[in-house]
Amino acid sequence: MGKWKTPADLKYAKSDEWVRIEGDTATIGISDYAQDALNDIVFVELPEVGAKVAKGETFGVVESVKAASDLNSPISGTVTSINSDLEDTPELINGDPYGKAWIIKVKISNASETDDLLDSAAYDTYCETR
Amino acid sequence: MSYIPHTDAERQQMLAAIGVSTIEDLFEAVPSSHRFPALDLPAPMSEMDVIAELQALAEANDNAQDFAIFRGAGAYHHFIPSAVNHILLRGEFYTAYTPYQPELSQGTLQATFEYQSMMIALTGMDAANASHYDGATSLAEAVTVAVDVGRRKRTKVILSPAINPQYRAVVRTYHQGTNIKFVGDKGRADISDLVDMLDENTAMLAVSYPNFFGQIDDFKTLAEKVHEAGALLVFVANPMALGMFKSPGELGADIVVGEGQPMGIPLSYGGPYLGYFAVRTEYVRKIAGRIIGETVDMDGKRAYVMTLRPREQDIRREKASSNICTNQGLMALSASVYMSLMGKYGIRRVAELCFHKAHYAAKQIDALEGYTVDMSKPFFNEFVVKCPRPVSEINDHLYKHGILGGYDLGKDYSHLKDHMLICVTELNRRDEIDALVQALAE
Repeated sequence: MGKWKTPADLKYAKSDEWVRIEGDTATIGISDYAQDALNDIVFVELPEVGAKVAKGETFGVVESVKAASDLNSPISGTVTSINSDLEDTPELINGDPYGKAWIIKVKISNASETDDLLDSAAYDTYCETR
Repeated sequence: MSYIPHTDAERQQMLAAIGVSTIEDLFEAVPSSHRFPALDLPAPMSEMDVIAELQALAEANDNAQDFAIFRGAGAYHHFIPSAVNHILLRGEFYTAYTPYQPELSQGTLQATFEYQSMMIALTGMDAANASHYDGATSLAEAVTVAVDVGRRKRTKVILSPAINPQYRAVVRTYHQGTNIKFVGDKGRADISDLVDMLDENTAMLAVSYPNFFGQIDDFKTLAEKVHEAGALLVFVANPMALGMFKSPGELGADIVVGEGQPMGIPLSYGGPYLGYFAVRTEYVRKIAGRIIGETVDMDGKRAYVMTLRPREQDIRREKASSNICTNQGLMALSASVYMSLMGKYGIRRVAELCFHKAHYAAKQIDALEGYTVDMSKPFFNEFVVKCPRPVSEINDHLYKHGILGGYDLGKDYSHLKDHMLICVTELNRRDEIDALVQALAE
């Protein structure tokens, strides 16, 4: 167990997003490492429901007192749901990055893409060595 | 100290990458005879001689002070209290570049903060940026915001033909090469015709307030219809008119832009002028430019900081929705000082004086044989006059009487040949107006 929380039931992208896979739905957020590095988050720009996202491509922006960063989709698919709570309370990401602060849900279009994602142990090591 | 970060080795590396051996090779395409042509310059002159020559050149132009000015069409001749220039020229403000470091620029930041606050009050918006170059570039930036709010999928921009023709030309130049389509302004569309053009591909609809003809259009249900279509409503507004008319915010505008020159900035060919830009909070992160905010320092004392700036410029680069933050700091200061000196009541008084004097002039001119004033809509300080002769002929005649006549609308609007746009401000005394009427009658 490292300095940052990395729940074992999730998959991670090297761009610091996490994915929870349930059937053909992927819930996506940013990792504890990412929220810690960004510091206080003040704004989140979300995509529209129905928008297509592609693996590795930008689907939104998260802005903190330190920086503005793109949100990259770890997986391809169609956005089925967005967490509108983040529009008014973006600080949820700092408080509960893996729970209340999920960002979008996506209907997965290519399940094999999940194979490239890191498991929690690999992501933990990846964070520790940066 | 050199501020150029590249070393000779890095330069060699870059030159090698593009396949040339020296920097001079990059200029091969320019014929060598043109690269360093012999400059046939006159002999050096003393400062005294240079000043005399420049003075003679300057005197080739007429001086605005010597004329009764009845021309507006985007630039307005208003009174500027002497204190404006004195404050502007103070060394703390009068610098070559706007300083933004909060630790040492509290005065500049506060002045900008005050400017923003007053623009918000006038426009009825939630936030205003620290300014743009001029009214036309502000409108162009509104297009960028609207298209970005529409997630760059909405590419149609509806412009009223009654927006200043120069603004519409600049907006097109600014956005050339993009997939944005500008519609609505080629014919004689009125507000309801513009509303009919709204569809699911429309990013924004822009109107002018007052319009280019000085008139106040009926905006009663406009905002509702624009918002129903999912588009943004943009107002191009004369800030002086806002001193007496309902604010664009009350009329449902999402973005309000315009030329700040009427607020304490003199008429000058080529500027500098002042583009103001105000928005509703929900779009504040999409805008270009900077926003100065008020906060407290570590001792709890009031302090000013740069609250928002094009974050994307620094970080998101090519994905940014804004690409500009250069502003007109000194001109914004000018407007800020002007508005502070005039106050809410003073600005309203100026607006009312313009309104009443313009209506007095319009009534006199309309009574003249051969002249008809368009009174079909309420108007502010400008009105359209149908003339019995070509406008250029009339203006030549007025010029001989020391009067700068109205704007020739036929240049921009083919159906308005022989129509003149006359502007009256608080600076036009009654005897000037009477002299104009007299000269028109001749």
